[in-house]
Amino acid sequence: MRRLEFVGSWLDRRVQLKDFIRATALHRVPRSSASWWYVFGSAALTVFILQVVTGILLALIYVPSAAEAWNSLQTLNHAVVLGWFVRAMHGWGSNFMIALVLVHMVQVFLFGGYKYPREFTWVVGVFLLLMTLGMAFTGQVLRFDQDAYWGVGIGASIMGRVPFIGDWLVHLLLGGPIIAGATLSRFFDLHVFVIPGILIGLVALHLLMVLKLGINEWPMPGRLVRRDTYLKQYEELLQKDGEPFVPGAIWKDLIFAGCVLAAVALCAVIFGPFGPSGQPDPTIIQTVPRPDFFFLWLYALLSLLPPQLETSFLLIAPLVGIAALLLLPFISGEGEKSWRRRPIAVLTVLLLAVALGTFTRLASYAPWSPNMNAWSGAPVPVRYLQGRTPLERQGALVFQAKQCRNCHALGGVGGERGPALDSVAVRMTQDQLIRQVLQGGGNMPAYGNNLSPAQVTALVAFLATLHPVGQAPARDATLTGE
Amino acid sequence: MSESNEISRRRALFKLGLLINGVMAAILAVPFVGYLLSPLRGTAGHGYKAWVSLGPFSGFPEGQTRLATFHNPTASPTDGQTANIPCWVRHIAGQNFQVFAINCAHLGCPVRWFAQSGLFMCPCHGGVYYADGSRASGPPPRGLFTYPYKIDGDRLFIYAGELPTLAADAGTVAGGRKPCVG
Repeated sequence: MRRLEFVGSWLDRRVQLKDFIRATALHRVPRSSASWWYVFGSAALTVFILQVVTGILLALIYVPSAAEAWNSLQTLNHAVVLGWFVRAMHGWGSNFMIALVLVHMVQVFLFGGYKYPREFTWVVGVFLLLMTLGMAFTGQVLRFDQDAYWGVGIGASIMGRVPFIGDWLVHLLLGGPIIAGATLSRFFDLHVFVIPGILIGLVALHLLMVLKLGINEWPMPGRLVRRDTYLKQYEELLQKDGEPFVPGAIWKDLIFAGCVLAAVALCAVIFGPFGPSGQPDPTIIQTVPRPDFFFLWLYALLSLLPPQLETSFLLIAPLVGIAALLLLPFISGEGEKSWRRRPIAVLTVLLLAVALGTFTRLASYAPWSPNMNAWSGAPVPVRYLQGRTPLERQGALVFQAKQCRNCHALGGVGGERGPALDSVAVRMTQDQLIRQVLQGGGNMPAYGNNLSPAQVTALVAFLATLHPVGQAPARDATLTGE
Repeated sequence: MSESNEISRRRALFKLGLLINGVMAAILAVPFVGYLLSPLRGTAGHGYKAWVSLGPFSGFPEGQTRLATFHNPTASPTDGQTANIPCWVRHIAGQNFQVFAINCAHLGCPVRWFAQSGLFMCPCHGGVYYADGSRASGPPPRGLFTYPYKIDGDRLFIYAGELPTLAADAGTVAGGRKPCVG
């Protein structure tokens, strides 16, 4: 024991960190802040450390070359002992990290933690969020499979919409004129060196400011923040109702972080690693590219935005959103902190959560996308064929062969791009059906050039039979005299 | 020598030291930034693009649209499978072709040809195109990108080598010539 103390004091005379560590551990925090609501930031940091460790482990095997990356992922999944587990930890860790950063941000927002004097801590936090999302996107590309290949193509296509310098941005993003070896190398560079370097620097700054300025106290409704009195009040609070960070507050951080690590490990063991999906071979076009979970809302948005709005929205909305986040503490840096007295703040969070949740849910079944195989796999329900004339049955054949099923469902099977047609005859008369088939419209292509008159006649005869028993088909109101 | 003289000389030397490092940083930034911007080199003029063969044009029967693949003219050994690029070849009649890029004009996903319905459909965001590449429905802001083509002997060539995006269409490529005329 004496020898250990000797070594310890010998070391500290040289590195001289003891005082700093002691001051950090024992700095006083408001007793109210030692709460289960204040554990998300430290948990995010814990998962970030997990990501660094598992990332270093993965880099032992992973080959950042477009020719080898996919094979090295297969090696990790199947050949290297516990390679699948390290991949799964890294993949699930990524999801947990984004979730924790978002929850941490919402908590700080609702508790008014961004107000004076912690404005810049918030600003750094916004950049930490952006870097975290950057890690998620670049990491998805390093999992170099079909989704990654076409995902980069989507990124390049968005860059290509920037006015004047779009072409240059595309080339800089891809590292050349096309998605290829250089593209993967630069995403590796970003994911492994550039963004983690920035993240480590910003996390250090973020933590330093939390130490220097003190953690936000539990907001009391009616206790307003004022620039000229806040610091004094906070100091008084620390003296009157504060306690040392260790062990008073840190035990909750430690327990929660430990549980998060356990949850990541549980997900990794149960659900395993993400992909890789098919090989990154662009000539295999039988693919349905999808982004990872935290970008699904964006995928839905890109499908649902009106085309004429899309470019301006894609290029302007992110800048407006980031600017709003950055300006927030400077616009409302004083006043009420408690969410109980800030209904607009609460509604904003709810609105964003509901919107993101809805888009994510929609993206899970993508009703805007044609079902590419429905026409060949799903038969026309028998009840729509029984007792029909030869012409109507011929129409059903046209319906199937012309792949109408890719967008229109019958009997609950088929694409959701267009309306289900089980009761189309109730909605449209024969004339309207003919016009719709020939000319299209309302997001349906025109089939006039692709169907013979005989086929149209048969198809419409079939469609006109599609109405529920006991519900009359639509009729032309101008022909009532007949 | 007086003390204040000594201090001002040290100050001057300190500033000189800063200046030397600043100048060196600026000088070194030139090659470093040049290296970073090297992917832009091919955008002026047409350094990246070349005529590549899609094989004998007898492989593309009249009146049909078929998938063809070509080897990226600027491929490097580390590209692996990504050096093989697909495209859709529509043989209209005689020497009259249309060669479409695989990439949807919306956000670049691979469009698939459905011969029966005579449509190209995109699996991502629901873009649909007619057989001649014109936009039929969905979010694409224009028709499919097409490659310039020529027939040399019995072979079909296209002028390719660049990912088609709307930027290429906007004429930002120096020289004003569009890589994919669509």
